[in-house]
Amino acid sequence: MPVPLAAVPILTIGEFRGELLSVLGDGRRLLLLAGMARAADGVQLLAALADDASGEIGLVATVVADSYPALTPDHPAAHYFEREIHEQWGVCPQDHPWLKPVRFPHDGRAIEDVDFFRASGAEIHEVAVGPVHAGIIEPGHFRFNCHGERVLHLEISLGYQHRGVEAALCGGPDKRGIHLAETAAGDTSAGHASAYCQLLEALSGTHCSPRAVMLRQVALELERIANHIGDLGALAGDVGFLPASAYCGRLRGDVLNLTALLCGSRLGRGWIRPGGVVREPGGDLLRELKRRLAGAERDMRNAVDLLWKSSSVRARFENTGTLTRQAARDLGIVGPPARASGIDRDCRRDFPAPGDRGRHPAIAVGESGDVFARALQRWHEIENALAFLAQILDEPEAGEPLTPLAPLAPEHLALSLVEGWRGEIVHLATTDAAGHLSHYKILDPSFRNWFGLAIAMRGQAISDFPLCNKSFNLSYCGHDL
Amino acid sequence: MFKALLARARQGYRTGAYPAQDPVLPPLFRGRPVLDAARCASGCARCVDICPTDALHVSTAGPELDLGRCIFCGECAAACPEDAIGFTRDWRLAASERGDLAVTGDRELRVETLRRELRRLLGRSLRLRQISAGGCNGCEAELNALGNVVFDTSRFGIDFVASPRHADGVLITGPLTENMKAATLQTYQAVAEPKLVIAAGACAISGGIFRDHAEVHNGAADLLPVDLYIPGCPPHPYTIIDGLLRLLGRL
Repeated sequence: MPVPLAAVPILTIGEFRGELLSVLGDGRRLLLLAGMARAADGVQLLAALADDASGEIGLVATVVADSYPALTPDHPAAHYFEREIHEQWGVCPQDHPWLKPVRFPHDGRAIEDVDFFRASGAEIHEVAVGPVHAGIIEPGHFRFNCHGERVLHLEISLGYQHRGVEAALCGGPDKRGIHLAETAAGDTSAGHASAYCQLLEALSGTHCSPRAVMLRQVALELERIANHIGDLGALAGDVGFLPASAYCGRLRGDVLNLTALLCGSRLGRGWIRPGGVVREPGGDLLRELKRRLAGAERDMRNAVDLLWKSSSVRARFENTGTLTRQAARDLGIVGPPARASGIDRDCRRDFPAPGDRGRHPAIAVGESGDVFARALQRWHEIENALAFLAQILDEPEAGEPLTPLAPLAPEHLALSLVEGWRGEIVHLATTDAAGHLSHYKILDPSFRNWFGLAIAMRGQAISDFPLCNKSFNLSYCGHDL
Repeated sequence: MFKALLARARQGYRTGAYPAQDPVLPPLFRGRPVLDAARCASGCARCVDICPTDALHVSTAGPELDLGRCIFCGECAAACPEDAIGFTRDWRLAASERGDLAVTGDRELRVETLRRELRRLLGRSLRLRQISAGGCNGCEAELNALGNVVFDTSRFGIDFVASPRHADGVLITGPLTENMKAATLQTYQAVAEPKLVIAAGACAISGGIFRDHAEVHNGAADLLPVDLYIPGCPPHPYTIIDGLLRLLGRL
């Protein structure tokens, strides 16, 4: 629900810290912490606090001058948000352990001008990888501090993909907005497009038909299945197990083709729009979808079964790159890596899309937090998504696919949450007096999860990096925006 | 071992018959546009107003669509009251000249085959280094698909390699962000002569949806001499294969 900007309580920085730290110790988690606007006496910071159990989100704000006592020493999940605040707003969170730039925006420090965390001592060496990688992968730089084969610390330096997405969304909504959302992280077009649309619908009080909500769920779950099965294939490839790698690679394409069957684009572009969806596939296509999904499921089961039944694969997956439940909780990790570490957190159940009538896939939760758990988590999410799609395709909702979007409420704030295949996507925006978007914030799950990968790599063999990296499979452009 | 063999039998042979047979694309696939000037008599320019990347231009000669900018969202076709704009299922979109991407009427795109000397060197073995320079992982995902068993470009001798020193050229995706400028130029310089530059996707050709952002360079051609343009957002794997094979004179 949108809230009037005037209704967000503005506390002193002391009260703000006190409120946050007391609430965060009380079962809630930091959903987002960001600079929002320049005020006469400094910069306004906003914190969103999520209560997963009740599905409630609390908002508090404060105004800080050029510095304030950092939250990170008391609440580590704030560390990346505070680095971003430092970079975007020039405000210094004092006593923050590592205020390194996040994206190197064009008016700031050059991306080549990076200082890395260093380990020193006899036999310590560094390995630098990227930004251009060995395969067809987005750019990023990885700096390993190693003792022999063992990784002491991995520093991940991103920003190469920074395209100015958030800034370009301000002033909208306009004809470019939905396309910027679809390409914020292009492998998550349905996820970010849904978050963008839900946000505009919240700000304008527009209600999508149950049919539109259902078709978005179809788009999101197909995106999840395609990416998860692709990841399982890539994980198989990273341990040299080529049968599953080849079959899953093909199956990924088959699922992308199902999305193209419904909307023309393998990535689901040109489908989800503010107010609903623009392409109504109709009953025949949905029946065709169901039939082909059943065939794909049989082949997926057959291909993925090879992974679990091959001891050589299990030996490489198990106890590799473990992210403990405590570390995942402390860092605010989201999505499959969080669930694979035993954290029961999923927006589809906790923060459902408006109008989804409580229908969502079953939520799987793992335990061991290693590469094996993250692989198995993906398979369970595929199974649950397939079962869910079969269910909703059997009992489809009715209604007009598209409802015209009403004008946005002026001087309001809203946020939307969508469980994309990588995890929790948050979009947040404010409107000005004319009802235009005055500030737009995108939080891809990768923003929070990249540091989880760095922690999972500690003490691991450097040769296991590709495997660990693929088990997280995070977005560069979703982070860099 | 037995399980793997049984699975192999079950999964079957999946490589597409292309280019011996044309690919079958879904009915809603948006490929090469056809613009009917005769139907565009009123010149209402609704398509121009709605186009998110300013790819359309309407003159007395009718509508003209720049495939270098087009992201194939189909908004123009939906907005046109006269059905003057349609997207066919033709996946062949690549061109060797930037100017040729501005399509009118029912014009097909043209790729010039590499000159003889280059074709002799690269025609049966093309090794490319991929540089993602702000690509959203849409183009990258479709390029990765070229390696799967369905598209399998290795059968044409086309592979993506891990070092520019092993490459015959670079394939660039993304609008070429300022933050990737130095890495892109260094990678290009590290490729031995003679070398090719291929720009894949609307971003790499024109900046795409990010055109004129202060953070980007409006595509590869701003900094490098481009030999082949492959439009799309992202281009379909068959669009990419078609462009590469025609460049090599294999189609």
